[in-house]
Amino acid sequence: MPRKSTHVDMTAMCDVAFLLLTFFMLATKFKPDEPVTVTTPNSISEIPLPDADIMMITVDPKGRIFFSVDNPKVREALIEDMDEYKKLGLSTAEKRAFAVGSSVGVPFSQLKSYLAAEPNQQKEFDKTAAGIPTDTVVTSDANELAAWIRLARNNNPKLRITIKADADASYPDIKKIISTLEGWKIFKFNLITGLKAVPPGTAAYDVQMGKAPQH
Amino acid sequence: MAEMDTSSSGGHKKGPGVKKGKKLSTRIDLTPMVDLGFLLITFFMYTTTMSKPKTMEINMPYKDENIKEDEQTKIKASTVISVLLSKDHRIYYYEGIGDDPTKPPQLNVTYFKPKDGIRDVLINKKKAVEELKASGALGAKDQVTIIIKPDVTSTYEDLVNMLDEMSINDIRVYAIVDITPVDKEFIQMTEQANGVQ
Repeated sequence: MPRKSTHVDMTAMCDVAFLLLTFFMLATKFKPDEPVTVTTPNSISEIPLPDADIMMITVDPKGRIFFSVDNPKVREALIEDMDEYKKLGLSTAEKRAFAVGSSVGVPFSQLKSYLAAEPNQQKEFDKTAAGIPTDTVVTSDANELAAWIRLARNNNPKLRITIKADADASYPDIKKIISTLEGWKIFKFNLITGLKAVPPGTAAYDVQMGKAPQH
Repeated sequence: MAEMDTSSSGGHKKGPGVKKGKKLSTRIDLTPMVDLGFLLITFFMYTTTMSKPKTMEINMPYKDENIKEDEQTKIKASTVISVLLSKDHRIYYYEGIGDDPTKPPQLNVTYFKPKDGIRDVLINKKKAVEELKASGALGAKDQVTIIIKPDVTSTYEDLVNMLDEMSINDIRVYAIVDITPVDKEFIQMTEQANGVQ
C-alpha cells in the first residue's frame, strides 16, 4: 500500500495569510497615544470624527484636562507661538519633543520640565499630572486652556474642536471648557461619544427606518 | 534482484552509464512564511482601530445678553419643560420655566431608562403641545422647548444622555442653561420632602 505524504501544499494558505496581512496593513490606523483612559458616554449620533484638523480636549474622570492637536506641523508652530507668548524659554529640543509628542496636561509652569523628560517619564508623569488649568472666564490669566485654544486656532483656523470627556467627569468641569470656548466665540464643537442603537418606537427610530416622524 | 532506485526522486532514467545531474526540488517549505504572515496579521489586528469614534455636534446659542432677554420672552411657558440634572443620575423636571419662587412648581423625579423614564415625559409633552396647537391655544410655530439645567452634582454622562434624548425624540428647541439658586432650592425642598440624602 503506498504511503501518502503528510506534506500539505502551503501555497494557498500563504496566499490567504498575505492577502489578509495586506488588508490589515492598509486598513490600519494606529491608536493615538492617550495620556489617560477615557470611557466616553454613548449616543445615537453617527457623525464620524473627521480625519484631519482636530483639536482634542480630553477630560478624565477627575476633571483633569489634556490638550492635543493632531497635525504635527500645527503643533510645531503652536509651541513656537506659545513659547513666545508665555515666555516659557523652551529649548529647540523641548519644542521638538512637543511637536512629536501626543498631548499635554500640565500647567505652563511645569511645561518646560515636562517636555525635557523622556517619553516614558512623561507617561509616568501624566498619571499624576494636574491637567491644564482652566476657568469660566476666558480672559483670565489662569485660564491656560484658553491660551492653548486661541493660539492653536490662530495657527489653523480650520481646526475642529472636539471634547472627549469621561462619562463620570463632573458637569462643572465640562462647563468650564464650554464657557472658555464660548468666550472665544466658538459655539460649534463636537463631543466624542460611543455609538448606541436607536431605541425603537421613537422619533429618531422612525427617521432611521425611513418613515416620516409622526406629528 | 528487484531493487528500486530511490536515489532519484524526479527526472527520468537516462539509461545505463549516464551520470545523472542531481535535480533539486523547486519546492520550498512555506510553513515558516505562513507563520510569519499570521503573526503579522495578529499584530495588525490588535493595533488597528476599526471603528472610528462618533461625534455629536453641538451648537451653543450665540452669547449675547440682549438677544437672550428677547428670546426668553418669546417662549411660551406652556411649551416648556425644565429638566434639572441632579446627582446619582437623578432627573427632576417640571412644567414651565419656574421663574416664580413664591409658587414652586411640582417637581417630579425620573431617571434615564427606556420605560417610564424621561423619554416618556418628553413624548407626552410633545403630544400635549400638538393638542394645544390643534385646539388653537398655541400658534403653529410653537414647539416643545426643553430647558436643561445641569446641577453641579451631575456628570457629563447625564448631559450627553439628555442631549441624546433630544435627538431621539426629535426635539428641535432646547437649551443648556446654568442652574439657578431657585432651582437648587426646588431640588432641596423636594429632597427633604422625600427624605433623600
